[in-house]
Amino acid sequence: MANLQQTAAKGGEVSASSMAIIAPFAGWLLPGLGHFIQRKWIRGLLLMLAVFIMFFAGIGMQGKVYGFNTGDLLDILGFVGDVGSGMLYFIARTMDWGGGNIQRAVADYGTKYIVVAGLLNIIAAVDAHQIAIGKKS
Amino acid sequence: MTFELSHFTAAVIFAACASTVFGITQRNTPRDMMRYGAYCFALFVGGVIVAAWVMWAIKH
Repeated sequence: MANLQQTAAKGGEVSASSMAIIAPFAGWLLPGLGHFIQRKWIRGLLLMLAVFIMFFAGIGMQGKVYGFNTGDLLDILGFVGDVGSGMLYFIARTMDWGGGNIQRAVADYGTKYIVVAGLLNIIAAVDAHQIAIGKKS
Repeated sequence: MTFELSHFTAAVIFAACASTVFGITQRNTPRDMMRYGAYCFALFVGGVIVAAWVMWAIKH
């Protein structure tokens, strides 16, 4: 809060209340962006690397990227987790990555990697929100 | 782009990435972040090793 108020006082473009909405959304859309726009460069870079590595390692292990579905509960939760990766998820769906491969044991790890990448990105987006509202420095 | 990882390597990569995010998001100062990240990493990897020995003991 203090940082944003100082920024606003110095003629900054973004108020605290709008940053509280923009930061988590930006962080969800592109991992780390929510921290970058608040000038937390190193944290943003590390978060971005962590989510990118997990997501692309999952794709590399031929993990499955869940599409929207109303079937099995675990499939629905898998979709919710995957969507947490934001733009990475939509790129993967667009590029037709993540078809899965049930013949490889490692592919199942890949599926979990992709879901966890999304969940970690949601945690990072919430952290960006906490910074924006001043609960965290 | 496909690659084959061993179970342990996959667990270590998972632990490293998850610990990084946990460390950054759950603590306030850089020092605490690093300490908590290292703590989480040790617990992740230690848990894997303990679970592996437990499974070995059950099998034998």
